[in-house]
Amino acid sequence: MAEKRKFTIPIGPQHPALKEPESFSVALKGEKILGVEIKLGYNHRGLEKACESRTFIQDIYLIERICGICSHSHSTCFIQAVEEIAGLQIPARANYIRTLVGELERVHSHLLWLGVAGHEIGFDTLLMYSWRDREVVMDVLAELTGNRVNYGINTIGGVRRDISEEQIKETAKAIDILEERTKYYVEVAQQETTIIKRLSGVGVLKHDDALRLGAVGPTARASNIARDIRKDDPYAAYAELDFKVITDNHEDIYGRTVVRLLELMESYKIIRQVLEKLPAGDICVKAPRKIPAGEALSRYEAPRGEDMHYVKANGTEKPDRVKVRAPTLANVQSVKTMLQDRNLADMPIVIAAIDPCFSCTDRMTQVTDLADNSRQVWDWEKLRSHGIEWYRQRGVDFTALNNKLKQRL
Amino acid sequence: MIKELFYLLIFPGFLFISAFALAGEYIDRKLYARFQNRVGPPWFQPLADLIKLLAKEDIVPCDANANMFKLVPVFALTAAVASIIYIPLWQSSSIYSFPGDVIVVLYLLTIPTLCFFMGGWYSTSLFARIGSVRTLTQLFAYEVPLFMSILSAAVLADSWSIKDIVNFYNSHPGYLLFNGIGFVVSMIALLGKLEKTPFDIPEAETEIVAGSFTEYSGRLLAIFRLTLDIEMVVGAALISAIFIPFGLNFSPVPAFIITVIKIELVIAMLSLARTIFARLRIDQMVNFCWKYVVPLALTQLLINFLIKGFFR
Repeated sequence: MAEKRKFTIPIGPQHPALKEPESFSVALKGEKILGVEIKLGYNHRGLEKACESRTFIQDIYLIERICGICSHSHSTCFIQAVEEIAGLQIPARANYIRTLVGELERVHSHLLWLGVAGHEIGFDTLLMYSWRDREVVMDVLAELTGNRVNYGINTIGGVRRDISEEQIKETAKAIDILEERTKYYVEVAQQETTIIKRLSGVGVLKHDDALRLGAVGPTARASNIARDIRKDDPYAAYAELDFKVITDNHEDIYGRTVVRLLELMESYKIIRQVLEKLPAGDICVKAPRKIPAGEALSRYEAPRGEDMHYVKANGTEKPDRVKVRAPTLANVQSVKTMLQDRNLADMPIVIAAIDPCFSCTDRMTQVTDLADNSRQVWDWEKLRSHGIEWYRQRGVDFTALNNKLKQRL
Repeated sequence: MIKELFYLLIFPGFLFISAFALAGEYIDRKLYARFQNRVGPPWFQPLADLIKLLAKEDIVPCDANANMFKLVPVFALTAAVASIIYIPLWQSSSIYSFPGDVIVVLYLLTIPTLCFFMGGWYSTSLFARIGSVRTLTQLFAYEVPLFMSILSAAVLADSWSIKDIVNFYNSHPGYLLFNGIGFVVSMIALLGKLEKTPFDIPEAETEIVAGSFTEYSGRLLAIFRLTLDIEMVVGAALISAIFIPFGLNFSPVPAFIITVIKIELVIAMLSLARTIFARLRIDQMVNFCWKYVVPLALTQLLINFLIKGFFR
């Protein structure tokens, strides 16, 4: 348009389109995007490291807090690895309850995504509607587990809460309401012109590109890759349940919207089957406090795609190493391809369409020295001493307290 | 002199139009909320927002041209307030009616948009600059159909004065039926002028924060927000006077009440449009306006020329 020369605008670390701090430097010519530089690492919390100094039981609750949306996914994935190392056989009822909570979580995550996508394209009515309906599933989760997020239902060897007959009836009722509402959203997505105009042909990720960049979850499935851990490598109760892997050949954001909406319908189907087939019996087996030495890799289909946890135990009650590969890490590379030569207006929705969760993804913080632009990664010791020094400069000094503590000990 | 000052500052000038604009914003926000199944704000919310903003600090960016940055909002507000003087509210004539006032109102309504552009441009922030360029791009897309649709109604009435247009349609209401296309076109153009969804591209918050207004805060932002509200009321009043002029020939009090109801109806239609559409991209918006809206406005103009030639 008016500006012919190239200029760079910063989307993030603080920007209304982003729900978490991350930085996208967008090189623009007029309204056209020439290139994008993605910088993560604003939200690194060092959870993997923190896991090593806590027991396995404590780690479940820590791991659950990796992500507020797919908390059950992370804790189940971690526990599956631990159970594999310990050689525990989980009761069937526990597996079904895990599946139930996992699917309810997928429902709430996809409805949340639908609202966010609506907001990013300036369609706030969709946001208000889908988040209102999301409250139904949040209430069910609160009823079943006691919490709206971070359910805390998993434990090594099974689950911590049983489900009563009455709760099954209530859940079935809620699923009926949600199914009806979701049908309405499918209709809206297929008929509303401005939605179709804003979503189709935007953020295109070709089948081959999706394979090459290792996309997972709905992002991959909308590029016609039938990749779903629930089918490929069944865990929990999925092997005994009947459901379809939804794929779509639109290869754009419209396809991703359709995939997520139809996956909601599949989730309702799975939840109904779980409620029907729920086997009787125990919900938990006794697990040893000390997990025998060994290592395991566990995979889980989180709402955003394949989640992967690696756990190494050394025979004590604390793990030797925990490694988390959140789905966003697999998908974030494809954003660059999707944004090439697109309009600035498509930027928020393209980023939102992979359903990013950056605090789950951050594994390190890179420090850029503004004076000479050099970059370095700090190790644990340096980070710790920097933290102590930072607080000391602001008048928070624990030296005296530490000395006192040393004398007492 | 006193009378003129009263007209300018109290009724129907600054004080009255500000109160009416805040009421209009309340109706818009409340309806928008109810359409979305939300509770919505209480009746005093727009006023509370205004007072809050007036009490806040004005921050002028270091690189900005400080004089322009501070003056531009005042220009915008002045133009918007001045335009109400030529709108008939309680009789078919406005206070200072003269032949050609419909053109003056349209021009006065364009000035705030130009001010949004200049405010964004002189604040030198990247987001504001992109927003201001978008404001101007959008202006070229909707301004032509807006002028054509309003003026085609004037062509049929054979006058450039709002008073004569209102009187003509009130004595020959049948002719109003031919202006249907013009009404739709001017509503679409008004959505663009007020930067409301689906045409809120210049201030798309998820892309460019707040567009032209990104660097504005405190009093200056309050003035801009009030300007937008006044523009909404004046635009709605103009459309209701030209396309649905009923009631203006009654005695002043019922005429005034009917006018207010009509303006609120137009605002309600704008809120409905805001509810059911997603935001378009700037290229889609320009395409839409030149491919569909301008031909529609031209059709309206042609229809009115033909009717005028054959029947009047």
